[in-house]
Amino acid sequence: MSEYRRREQSITLSPVEEQVGSGADGPGGGTHELLTLNFGPHHPATHGVLRLLVTLQGETVHDIKPIVGYVHTGIEKTAEDKSYWKVIPVIERMDYLAYHFNAMAFCGAVETLLEVEVPRRAQYLRVIQLELNRIMSHLVWLGTSALDLGAISMFWYCFREREKILDLFEMSTGARMHTRYFQVGGVAEDIPPGFAEKLRGFLKEMPERLDQYGALLNRNEIVLQRLRGTGMLDVQTLLALGVTGPLLRAAGNAWDLRKADPRGSYDDFDFKIPVGTVGDNYDRFACRLREMYESVKIAGQALEGLPEGPHITADRKVALPPRHELATSMEALIHHFKLVTEGFRPPPGEVYFPVESPRGELGCFVVSDGSSKPARVHMRDPSFVNLQAFSQMAEGGYIADLIATLAMLDPILGGIDR
Amino acid sequence: MPDATGLELIAQALRAAEGGDGTSGSPVLETVFFRGRGTLVVEPERIGAVLAALRERGYSFMASLHGVDYYPHEPRLGIVYELLDMRTVDRITVKLRVPSGTPEVESVTPQWPTADFQEREIYDMFGVVFRGHPDLRRILMPEDYEGHPQRRDFPVGGEPVLFTFNETETLGSSE
Repeated sequence: MSEYRRREQSITLSPVEEQVGSGADGPGGGTHELLTLNFGPHHPATHGVLRLLVTLQGETVHDIKPIVGYVHTGIEKTAEDKSYWKVIPVIERMDYLAYHFNAMAFCGAVETLLEVEVPRRAQYLRVIQLELNRIMSHLVWLGTSALDLGAISMFWYCFREREKILDLFEMSTGARMHTRYFQVGGVAEDIPPGFAEKLRGFLKEMPERLDQYGALLNRNEIVLQRLRGTGMLDVQTLLALGVTGPLLRAAGNAWDLRKADPRGSYDDFDFKIPVGTVGDNYDRFACRLREMYESVKIAGQALEGLPEGPHITADRKVALPPRHELATSMEALIHHFKLVTEGFRPPPGEVYFPVESPRGELGCFVVSDGSSKPARVHMRDPSFVNLQAFSQMAEGGYIADLIATLAMLDPILGGIDR
Repeated sequence: MPDATGLELIAQALRAAEGGDGTSGSPVLETVFFRGRGTLVVEPERIGAVLAALRERGYSFMASLHGVDYYPHEPRLGIVYELLDMRTVDRITVKLRVPSGTPEVESVTPQWPTADFQEREIYDMFGVVFRGHPDLRRILMPEDYEGHPQRRDFPVGGEPVLFTFNETETLGSSE
């Protein structure tokens, strides 16, 4: 038997009696039972394949050990074996609900390495996709979280709206998920005719829908009782644990990279950062709900203010030439051939490019050794870092609150395991 | 980001504060300024002190840790700490390199709790041992896995899939 199996089998899943006090000095005295419960990895409430070893004392959570790695696919290793532009599709599959953000972080890092200027129109087109992606990700979170709390109809409403965003993605990028729309130096294609109209319709409808979600949940006694005052964690602890995103903002710290460190023209837009007050599960819920309104606003402003110009850099050493040039220009044909077969070679160096993903700071660290393949690609995934705060959030609470806290943590296991 | 001058000033201050006590010279081996990103390359043994000094200067949020393999150059394995000052929105990078023969460095988890999972990931992927880490186990790969897959000389592919029935017969088993 391997060491790992031996350790696995040494976990006792039956109740263990533990002595508390000596009868005289504790109010209960005597013994109480500690039960170690295996939770997941295949459990719908873990939002993926997260496994938790939970030690319970009655219904109170005594200790939590998160075990991850069940969907580790070695994407970072794969990336080292591909030329830069071929890395984008595999990178997108890390955090599978925030694929545009993954691509943005990677493309941003490579653009920094290459010192490529991204045209303004491309930046705005990226912002539109990113904010739609943020709404989409939050909708999946809201639907599945409400499902965990017992509200089944919310799930259908959220997925109805998510479907519309996926339709928009399909229209503008050609694919519903993992679109490979973001390219080094810009985006793959300009928006097609009719997209602006369709997006306008969606952006007009979405705030109404969000009002409806709010009306369904914000005055729902069950939801409020499940969320208020549970899973609380203060700002200092969250910062020490490296937690960012809506979890940190819910505790009252308005840290958002879109405002603090605006890259990719985010400083052009007028939007607010929703913050919470006490940092309990309700604040996390309320922050994300408000964030969707702000994302609608940003996407609308980007659409209305969309500048004219190219959608990708004119630097032929980085971006493919337009199709029509191939028939007439030998130069274009050479560039096309070189880019497709070999790709570009960024100068040697190390860069780190952070963006504000739906879950917090998503940073891409790229090391170039001067060849056409990256020497190292590492994602600082917010789900991975935020998961460290989970045991502190849930310990001491009831096991039912553990489910609510996990739902409000919003971990994406594809991002954690990579 | 501190600009190139600011980075040198920080490096100077660290040298003055740390090198003055007669120990083994300066903790800062090199400064690199590339694409607006300032990096301090430090002595691996002094990492705790350097990070503490930077925390005093306001870089109190550890955004990320990365592992890098600089194969075939020695010292081969690199660990990159991304620090962030949230008040001035300023980032600084601290880097150290350890040889593949003795890949050991002091853990910063006791002072920076966020490093916990990330140090485990670097241990898992590169085999760097963090002394003083409270729970240094593999995190993404199976616990009985052999080898450190993110190292550059670790081959891609060709590995049999582990199931319960063949877990003791295949590579990667510690039997």
